[in-house]
Amino acid sequence: MSSNREQFRPDGHDNDHFLLTTVVGSYPKPKWLDRASDLHEDPEASFGDEELAEAEDDAARLITNEHERAGLDVVVDGEMRRNEMVEFFADRIEGYEFNGPVKVWGHNYFDKPSVVDDVSYDESWLVDEYEFTASVADRPVKVPITGPYTLASWSFNEAYDGDDELAYDLADLVNEEIEKLVDAGARYIQIDEPALATTPDDHAIVGECLERIAAGIPDDVRIGLHVCYGDYSRIYPEILEFPVDEFDLELANGDYEQLDVFKDPDFSKDLALGVVDAHVAEVESVEEIEANIRKGLEVVPPERLTVSPDCGVKLLPREVAYEKMANLVAAARNVEAGLDDGTIDVPAAPADD
Amino acid sequence: MNRIATTPGLFPLPDDAKETLSDLKGHQKHDLVSGDEGPEIEATYDDVREELVGLQRDAGLDRVVEGQARWDDMLAHPLTVHENVETGGIVRYYDNNNFYRDPVVEGELTFSGDLAGDLEKAAELTDGLQAVVPGPYSLSELATDEYYGDDERFLAAVADFLAGEVEAFPDVETVFVLEPSLVTDPPAEGEDERASEAIDTVAQAADADVVAHTYWGALEEKVHAHLLDAGVDAIGYDFVTNHEDNLYNVTEYGTKDSVALGVVDGQNTLVESPETIRERVDWFRDSVPEAIEFEDAYVTANTGLFYLPVNRFEQKVQALADATREVTA
Repeated sequence: MSSNREQFRPDGHDNDHFLLTTVVGSYPKPKWLDRASDLHEDPEASFGDEELAEAEDDAARLITNEHERAGLDVVVDGEMRRNEMVEFFADRIEGYEFNGPVKVWGHNYFDKPSVVDDVSYDESWLVDEYEFTASVADRPVKVPITGPYTLASWSFNEAYDGDDELAYDLADLVNEEIEKLVDAGARYIQIDEPALATTPDDHAIVGECLERIAAGIPDDVRIGLHVCYGDYSRIYPEILEFPVDEFDLELANGDYEQLDVFKDPDFSKDLALGVVDAHVAEVESVEEIEANIRKGLEVVPPERLTVSPDCGVKLLPREVAYEKMANLVAAARNVEAGLDDGTIDVPAAPADD
Repeated sequence: MNRIATTPGLFPLPDDAKETLSDLKGHQKHDLVSGDEGPEIEATYDDVREELVGLQRDAGLDRVVEGQARWDDMLAHPLTVHENVETGGIVRYYDNNNFYRDPVVEGELTFSGDLAGDLEKAAELTDGLQAVVPGPYSLSELATDEYYGDDERFLAAVADFLAGEVEAFPDVETVFVLEPSLVTDPPAEGEDERASEAIDTVAQAADADVVAHTYWGALEEKVHAHLLDAGVDAIGYDFVTNHEDNLYNVTEYGTKDSVALGVVDGQNTLVESPETIRERVDWFRDSVPEAIEFEDAYVTANTGLFYLPVNRFEQKVQALADATREVTA
């Protein structure tokens, strides 16, 4: 078990066992926040930066509290201030420029930025977001950050000889940002690298990025890596070498078909297991989620299992997203109780530390 | 070597059309082009076509494409609009961060006329029209067959289907047959020969110069050798992603009397200057033994251009046109 996990156990937790419950990050935005953003873009509506900031604060407070109401042990603000996972960061990093939307599929577009100069750190990206969320939350707060490999892969690269060189420079900036977040009190950081799933052969580049990201970060800061929607057999077991505490994996969507990948060799890190599907609008029952959590226990013992949705849930209806969170927590608490009273066995042998 | 400025088509929609069409059609997978769009959507595409043709003419490209604005599913388009093809899930398009609807072939690939319809409208707007079609091998690789039963029959059926579509084209100067899958998913022993025959079937149906254009790397030597047997006028090579192996293929095995040179990066916003484009073409000419002579050299982007934001797309089209304007030697 990673030694920094116990700090997230809530005071007065009912069960001896503790399955850390959390989310990946994004959450559906309230419709009024989208309206507020539209107003902010409309030069004729007198809805300025201050008004938008107020609306974002309100939304961040609302969704943070919604996560707490669902009972999650570690919460996020649902990324209320972020537009898109690459755009948001590219907007804040020197060296990027935007030229307009490009197609992803059908009529879905993305403002894919161009790196036109060496990237450098300017204003802080997430410290304000973290400080606000921490100030309104009673639970510990996790900070998701788009990883350097994804920031590099999902940009046009005009300035660097290779995308790897760009990714390494970006990794140094991510490291700088994490240092500032840690100074501000953050203890749980999640690096999102969805691009790794599309180009699994680049796992060594992601590994080198993570070495740079983790350099000098204290051990009590928990670092997770989120990778989703890919063929995990192409990056496992190599990813076990990465300097992170936890891997956050999407497995519910594929009905745990890929679970066995992580059994050989033994999974030596903490596992954050996706137990609800982020792209299916039906709410999984508590029983169903309990069964999913027990799949995770085939890979790691309870003290190394984190329970979360497959991926960010921003595309779900908000009601559905909430019920999935609430059921996820209820299921985790039931499994903890079952482990306590011995009605649930632990199939995965404890790791030899 | 006569230098002809062109592109492999698949253009980005103008930004206002992106919005208009997504409002008219919707964002979901069942909202995409099906081949029987209503009059309002059709009129929007007519406007887009006129704009895309106009900007190529204004730039001075030697060959003008229709723009393929309706190709929501990129190279899979001719099948996704076919009446005997169902569209399945959204699947990844090569190793790009793009997705298309999986065309599931459930019945005979009969004549459709969808491509010819767009080309007829474009032919009214310009001379020097160049048709763009997916190659039969790539199209069969992008699709799921639930009707023909085995790969060999399916490839032949896709080739016959495309040949029928090409036969119905109005007068065009050139047909670009796009075959990226020959590079990214090379055909196995035996299949390589059939892929070449399939391209030949499509080429024979064209009453125009035919270019079999490849990209995202270089062809394996055997695949290249087989492709040389197809009755096409030129083979296209991607000098952006792999200039060494492509040059090796040409110098070692020769090529057709004409050649297409992918020297502008269709997937990066860095705009090549006309001088850079000229240097790359000169480099190719100087690197190939003088004994190998070329009739035409199509100077082109390596890939379709929908990957780019509109401003950079337009600048690349202009650079290609400018690169060939002053030098025709």
